[in-house]
Amino acid sequence: MNNDLKSRIGTAIGVAAILAWCLLPVAWIISLSFKSQEAVTNGSPGFFPSNGGGAGWSNYSDVLQDPQFRRAIFNSIGISLIATLLSVILATLAAYAIARLEFVGKRFVLTTALVIAMFPVVSLVGPLFDMWRTFGIYDTWPGLIIPYMSFTLPLAIWTLSAFFREIPWEMEQAAQVDGATSWQAFRKVIVPLAAPGVFTAAILTFFFAWNDFVFGISLTSTENARPIPAALSFFVGADPFNRPASLLAAGAVVATVPIVVLVLFFQRKIVAGLTAGAVKG
Amino acid sequence: MSTVTAPKSRKAEKAPKPPDSDRSRAENSLARKLVAPALALMLLVTAFPMLRALYLSLFEYSLTAPDDRKFVGLSNYGTALSDALFWRDTGNTVMIMIVTVAVELVIGFAFAMVMHKVIFARGIIRTSILIPYGVITVVSGFAWQFAFSNTNGFVNSWLPFTPEDFNWFGQYWSSIVAIMASEIWKTTPFMSLLLLAGLAQVSNDMLEAAQVDGASWWQRLFKVILPNMRAAIMVAVLFRALDAYRIFDNIFVMTAGANGTESISFLTYRQVIEQFQLGIGSALSVLLFLSVLVVAFVIVKLFRVNLADARQEG
Repeated sequence: MNNDLKSRIGTAIGVAAILAWCLLPVAWIISLSFKSQEAVTNGSPGFFPSNGGGAGWSNYSDVLQDPQFRRAIFNSIGISLIATLLSVILATLAAYAIARLEFVGKRFVLTTALVIAMFPVVSLVGPLFDMWRTFGIYDTWPGLIIPYMSFTLPLAIWTLSAFFREIPWEMEQAAQVDGATSWQAFRKVIVPLAAPGVFTAAILTFFFAWNDFVFGISLTSTENARPIPAALSFFVGADPFNRPASLLAAGAVVATVPIVVLVLFFQRKIVAGLTAGAVKG
Repeated sequence: MSTVTAPKSRKAEKAPKPPDSDRSRAENSLARKLVAPALALMLLVTAFPMLRALYLSLFEYSLTAPDDRKFVGLSNYGTALSDALFWRDTGNTVMIMIVTVAVELVIGFAFAMVMHKVIFARGIIRTSILIPYGVITVVSGFAWQFAFSNTNGFVNSWLPFTPEDFNWFGQYWSSIVAIMASEIWKTTPFMSLLLLAGLAQVSNDMLEAAQVDGASWWQRLFKVILPNMRAAIMVAVLFRALDAYRIFDNIFVMTAGANGTESISFLTYRQVIEQFQLGIGSALSVLLFLSVLVVAFVIVKLFRVNLADARQEG
């Protein structure tokens, strides 16, 4: 009994620690975004805005009215969505082959994917910078979409092939035996079973594209294609020690909101996807 | 005392070569068509540029004077490898990798244990644990930079041993600590989710048997739980270590390499994008790639990870 109580108290402390770990820095950046710019310039230490140092929503309205910031959000949403869509289509095809078909070279595909997932991306920046300028896609959407696709494919392929392996494919034949056409069998039986996996892969791909920074700063030079993480880091001149902290914080919060919303809605699927196939030893 | 390990489920030996039937040939060709686009794209953006980097690294080539490109053999590598800057940055990177992965492993395991035990509020915890994972690294870098800032942050007033006006970004060690704080904060949740999946596979029967036999909590942890989730731990360590080795975003945002906090990725970036030195930059790219291979090799050999086994691919 005593032991039970101890372990429950331990768990409760652990839960509190996890929540503090995850939410405190987020609370901090939100709190910072409400400090007024004057207060930040003059120095206003402390977690919460000081008395009279609050800014209300003005940082947010400033950020949202900034044309560069708006353009960056637009770029990020567009580039991430297109990269996600294309990457998931290609990954679905490949994952179907890996999960369902026997073929020579399966190991090669999986090893390639593994190596690419661990690739030091910065080492590609130089040659890609050079190549993209030759092809004329430097500083354009496709110039970012292509690398995002190739770097999200490994994750998408693994996630999807792990999901596809679990699908009881016999059901497709069973449906056909029961009189469904092969299209009906595919649409009514296989698609609903595969959809969660495809969806999970899409979310993880979107996360990667949204989060990318290395390609974002290296393969863009203007606001034409610059995504939001790069735009945030360039928000103010060269001095990294004197940034308009609260304004940046507001921008950071805006950039984080879409991801947090995705997390809130699809938490279960994301966890399943992140660990799918990773540790079934 | 011997460790208790679950019997290893050996995968069936590879079936003998399938008969060369029409069916298997058709399957092969369909599979190739399905896999080809993804494979081609992956290679286009990695293998091809990497070969190009290998080629460019043999030239003295600057984008500011593209016509003066000339073949210099391996001398770019000589320049890089004999430069103290290269070794200092490699040292930084290795240190950051070891410290962050070690800290993440311990905290991530603790978090995984809590998540494994907890019954109430499961959804809330799993949602919150994903938030750091979802936060853009650049944003995490900003959040921690401002948190440590002596003009607008709160860390100085919360920590008992730092003076109010301590400048974390004024010298090497404290800057590195701040960078690692941001890195650890953001990636520990990922680690804990991987470990949680591993924990779920430790059989309860074995734990109960150990308990009945009078094993203490620590004994159960070290003799039953940890050995049985070896695969999960190794995969988590390998992935995180290689990820930590390419650290770039946090350093870029938080110190921009000031006070000697540059990483090897940052050095490569600076040579190529800021100074347009494609020749030496490409040599650095190749060295970066090779060093990642070395790190991966060392981890795999050191811990004898079988990735194919761990990922259940075959």
